[in-house]
Amino acid sequence: MAVRAFFGAALVLAVVTAAAHAATVDDVKKNGTLRCGVNTGLAGFSIADSQGQWTGLDVDFCRAVAAAVLGDASKVAYTPLSAQQRFTALQSGEVDLLSRNTTWTLTRDASLGIVFAGVTYYDGQGFMVPKSLEVASAKELDGAEICVQSGTTTELNLADYFRANGMTFKPVVFEGLEESKVAFFSGRCQAYTTDASGLASIRAADAPNPEDYVILPEIISKEPLGPAVRRGDEQWFAVVKWVLNALLEAEERGVTSAKVDEMKGSPDPNVQRLLGVSGDLGPLLGLDNEWAYRAIKQVGNYGEIFERNVGPATPLRLARGLNAQWAHGGLMYAMPFR
Amino acid sequence: MAQGDLGPPPRAPLWRRREVRAVLYQALLLGAILGLAAYLVANTLDNLAARSIRAGFDFLGQEAGFYIGESLIRFEASDTYLRAFVAGLLNTLRVAALGIVAATVLGTLIGIARLSHNWLLSRIATAYIEGMRNVPVLLQLFLWYSLITGLLPLASEALEIVPGVFLSKSGLTYPVPEAHPIHRWLLALLAIGAGAAALYVAGARRRQERSGRRPPLLWPCGAIIAAPAAAAFVLSGAPLALEMPEWRRFRYAGGDALTPEFLALLLGLGLYTAAFIAEVVRGGIQAVPAGQSEAARSLGLRRGLVLRLIVLPQALRVILPPLTSQYLNLTKNSSLAVAIGYPDLVSIANTSLNQTGQAIECIAIIMAVYLAISLTISALMNWYNRRIALVEH
Amino acid sequence: MRPLAAESGTHRPALPRVLVQARLWLWSNLFGSVGNTVLTLAAVAALAAIVPPVFTWTLSNAVWGAQPAAACAGIDGACWAFLHEKHRLILFGRYPFDEQWRPLAATALLIALLAASAIPQLWRRWLSAAWISGLLAGGALMWGGVFGLAAVPTKLWGGLPLTLMLSVVGIALAFPFALVLALGRRSTLPMFRAAAVAYIELIRGVPLISLLFMASFMLPLFLPGGVTVNELLRAQVAIALFTAAYLAEVIRGGLQGVPRGQYEAAQALGLGYWRAMAFVVLPQALRLVIPAMVNTFIGTFKDTSLVAIVSLTDLLLATRQAIADPLWRPYFLEGYVVIALIYFGFCFSMSRYSVFLERKLRTR
Repeated sequence: MAVRAFFGAALVLAVVTAAAHAATVDDVKKNGTLRCGVNTGLAGFSIADSQGQWTGLDVDFCRAVAAAVLGDASKVAYTPLSAQQRFTALQSGEVDLLSRNTTWTLTRDASLGIVFAGVTYYDGQGFMVPKSLEVASAKELDGAEICVQSGTTTELNLADYFRANGMTFKPVVFEGLEESKVAFFSGRCQAYTTDASGLASIRAADAPNPEDYVILPEIISKEPLGPAVRRGDEQWFAVVKWVLNALLEAEERGVTSAKVDEMKGSPDPNVQRLLGVSGDLGPLLGLDNEWAYRAIKQVGNYGEIFERNVGPATPLRLARGLNAQWAHGGLMYAMPFR
Repeated sequence: MAQGDLGPPPRAPLWRRREVRAVLYQALLLGAILGLAAYLVANTLDNLAARSIRAGFDFLGQEAGFYIGESLIRFEASDTYLRAFVAGLLNTLRVAALGIVAATVLGTLIGIARLSHNWLLSRIATAYIEGMRNVPVLLQLFLWYSLITGLLPLASEALEIVPGVFLSKSGLTYPVPEAHPIHRWLLALLAIGAGAAALYVAGARRRQERSGRRPPLLWPCGAIIAAPAAAAFVLSGAPLALEMPEWRRFRYAGGDALTPEFLALLLGLGLYTAAFIAEVVRGGIQAVPAGQSEAARSLGLRRGLVLRLIVLPQALRVILPPLTSQYLNLTKNSSLAVAIGYPDLVSIANTSLNQTGQAIECIAIIMAVYLAISLTISALMNWYNRRIALVEH
Repeated sequence: MRPLAAESGTHRPALPRVLVQARLWLWSNLFGSVGNTVLTLAAVAALAAIVPPVFTWTLSNAVWGAQPAAACAGIDGACWAFLHEKHRLILFGRYPFDEQWRPLAATALLIALLAASAIPQLWRRWLSAAWISGLLAGGALMWGGVFGLAAVPTKLWGGLPLTLMLSVVGIALAFPFALVLALGRRSTLPMFRAAAVAYIELIRGVPLISLLFMASFMLPLFLPGGVTVNELLRAQVAIALFTAAYLAEVIRGGLQGVPRGQYEAAQALGLGYWRAMAFVVLPQALRLVIPAMVNTFIGTFKDTSLVAIVSLTDLLLATRQAIADPLWRPYFLEGYVVIALIYFGFCFSMSRYSVFLERKLRTR
């Protein structure tokens, strides 16, 4: 009897929740918190200090989305996810947005039940070696032991690169980011490979002496890192995509978090539409008109986010490079706001 | 006084009869199990479809795209997922087999030491057993791995223990004989020799039962096993060339190497399981009635001979079932290799799971393989147990 | 009879009794034969080689108290300053710093309950009531949200309270299921027996890690879309299901130890199957295997360390996170040694208790 009642209740629950499944925007507004999946600890992208405060480029993007949708950039619940857990967590609904330096690939877009909403950082895979090895180029790494994290595109690119160049190597594969870092810095392997931004972050934050390590010049793959959401929820997908575009557009138009209030009075129609002074772009997305204004004011435009977290003034010392605006020779191109 | 015939007792109504109730309960259980299974399967299929995740085992035929750190068979990134799983399985079996041998030898010695009359020795053995048994095996694995990668020197400054054998953070590199066609034959000849020796031992035992005299065992057996192989070796020109590890910019290549992951796993599992096996052996020895060893001593046998000839063979019957479960535990604990980076079956399945997203298939493979291994080991041990069981009349 | 001093030039005065016994003990236990002597000397040499360096590393050369990491560099001793710096992270995980008195109180409550359950004189009806209220109180302390306590989500729980909670709740959940399985395995109805045997053999044949993976990755797929299960609950369910299979075998051993006559006598008194089991057979069976059940609990306690692999911050993972700090990374040994001692403390006392209990129950 109890068994049947349980099944009946579960069936009703299944129907009810299946129907409500697709409306993430409503769920987020109802919960009052944006559940964001981030990295367990990658300086510059998503890392928590000992008080539990999260900072980083991916974290700032989550905050921008929260500001746009909920009105307050602090209303985010961060879930640190390992490389193995990240997709399951997003698929199962444990997080609403995966902002965790994840590479946009065909397989992930097509077969994991997720879609990528854009690129927050154009990156590529590189190698880091100790200076004492006197290696100047990745092509000299024939026969080396290379530490790599499992379940990443890094692992596959590494195999492809060495195959293409007729070299062999010995992979030392680790489940977790921490183990792979510890193994490299203890000398277990001669080289470490991951996205170049990750290398910079790890060298700055985790190396016993950052000056003893050098990042090799070769970039062996394209690694466009971006946020991802569940497949099947078009409205949420549009919201996240356009928050990113808003941050890029703001930088292009010169709107910073300090100047955004005064720029509300700007005569430029592009800025007016962006900040919601004219037009009704917000309601088209299911948000109010001040969505982009809030995001820019509370978090900053893309340039400010970049400078604050990974720019030349931070320990990572990354140049804009490919991540500059299109007008300055980079790849960042905001879609038109009209 | 004649009892009137009361007739057969009235039959209980249908719902009260025991047989009917039995059938009903079993039908209900079957229904509940099938219903639960159907519910879970339906949900799973819905969820998979909603998230556009592939299902089915077709992915096994696709190119894996990743390398495996060490494997007994050749594996390239262009090989299939199926081959990757096979490589992982062989790695699991390799560490399990070596671990079982090491743990048995060490565990037996420690178990016997625990019962020694030497107070110091038995206390040390007790300290070892209690220390190892009460600390989780994963912690021990992490500890060994951290010690090996933390304390050993860099590959460029490797310790040369004996000429040709190098110990460093990158593992233990040792020379191997250069490949020669005769090697395959040597193994086959050794196997044939072992079979012939087993026949000789059986024949010797039969002769002993018949005549009371036992033909010599040790030297003839050794000769039978070694002779064909030695002859082939000599006839083929005694190829003794060794492939020495040589320094190649980053590490010692050539020869063969035991990686730190393998060493840590072997050490951790071997030492941990040895403590449990020691307890099992101790329990087995103590289960042999004291009268046996007393009688043996009264016949003038030394303590060592009493142990070897009288006590241990009888203890074996008591030891075997719990020993089997310890072997199974070691095999299952080898799945923890995923935490320290040794590419065993679970680690490879985990990698495949992350690359393809097909969680159900990969985990099903893990469970099916371990189940098969467990059932095989149990069946083997049950057969051996029945063979040596005391037939009590 | 004391020998006369004048006559007994060759007699030595008799040694005191204690020394005689000591000499006898040394002779028979340590130096009796050549082999024995060699073993003793080898053991002494090994101890002399190991114990003094361990002593100096642990105590004499060690750095204590609140020192920066730089103070530990280059010394040939333990860096206990690492533990001073990180002990909160190791013991309580990422639980909010100011609220850490709550997991401390919950842990103390659980340990007190365990200690109370260990005393056979206290095995009365009110003990189960005490357990239930204790678990509820512990849950309220950890979760918060009631009585003015700030709410703390389960993903911030960690460290020793998590390890204890996983094992205790794991065994508590496993016990009724294990009873059903054990009874089912001994049932005469083939369907029940087949189902019980299939479950037990399946679970006992696979490693716990595969069940944890199954719970982490597959449980979200088994449930209708949109229903999410807490990470902690997934691991707890996996541990409970795993423990139930092993506990079922232990209980089955106990059931086999109860003479069949007991069940038959109960039937003769008119008790049905369930009443006979509940009032006659099970109490005897469980009493027989209490030491084995304690051993199962020790195993479960150690097995909770595996949740580190599915990224649940138990004691082991919390220690690894503490070691991951680049400043303190060289001092991993201190961290591992201390939690090894913690685990050893719990498990060794439980195994000693099991031996004590076995002896006590046998002589009843």
